[in-house]
Amino acid sequence: MTDTPAAPLRAFEDFAAGESGTLGTVDVTHDEVVEFASQFDPQPFHLEEEAGKASPLGGHAASGWHTGSMMMRLMAENLLNISRSMGSGGIQDLKWLKPVLVGDTLTAGYEITGVRPSASRTDRGYVDMKLQMVNQRGERVMSFLCTVIMGRAA
Amino acid sequence: MGLDAIEVGVPANVGSHTFEADEIVRFAKKYDPQPFHVDEAAARASHFGALCASGWHTCSIWMRLTITNTRKNGGFSGVSPGTKAIRWMKPVYVGDTLEFFNEVTSKREMKTRPGWALIEVFSHANNQDGVRVFEMESTVLVPLD
Repeated sequence: MTDTPAAPLRAFEDFAAGESGTLGTVDVTHDEVVEFASQFDPQPFHLEEEAGKASPLGGHAASGWHTGSMMMRLMAENLLNISRSMGSGGIQDLKWLKPVLVGDTLTAGYEITGVRPSASRTDRGYVDMKLQMVNQRGERVMSFLCTVIMGRAA
Repeated sequence: MGLDAIEVGVPANVGSHTFEADEIVRFAKKYDPQPFHVDEAAARASHFGALCASGWHTCSIWMRLTITNTRKNGGFSGVSPGTKAIRWMKPVYVGDTLEFFNEVTSKREMKTRPGWALIEVFSHANNQDGVRVFEMESTVLVPLD
């Protein structure tokens, strides 16, 4: 057996507008929905089915912050941690378009919309991207824009 | 709640939270496993210089404090279609205490959804040095009495 060297981390120079792809899928489980909501968003429609069904969300729904966090996990595992990510200063136009219900399967996707070198710092640039999550019915449930600060290779 | 009862332009202190190392790592391992959020050595070697919280963790703490504050002091609640902007302006390090504020910036009854109001909220958090580290512009749909 030979050791294969780990692939180098993608650097700012390796990104370009137009790149798109999936970031993986996640199953929305009852236990995880309740665990997150109990800790961070303890509203009845996030904690139990009856309350969820009686609410405008129409079922036992994940907190929008949980949906965002599930997206972040997929983004970190499948894009950021194989790149020279230096984090992000924030997100724009976060939309919770449809309720995310226990039992849903969400598929995450990204599209790079632009790359901009830093005007002041030589060690980094900015990668602008659109993120979205789609459920098993093909309905978009969440979208947002984000700029990742990306380290340069050279 | 009636629309008149919702106060516009007055920041309300919704509470504080101190971010400890174990909770920063626990949240990040599950939801934002970038090295500078889960590993102290990796964080020290990074441009952050030390272990810091995921921005999503900061937002989640904001949500919890907002709900707790509403239950304690009264106020409106509803469902949110989203946030226009979230700004993670400065890192949140181990031991930082963030004080959160919410301010209603506008309110109106929705023409498209009778009996519902659209409320816009500006939120921010300062750390223990008085430095603003977080801002958010969000929207809530509130059922009116």
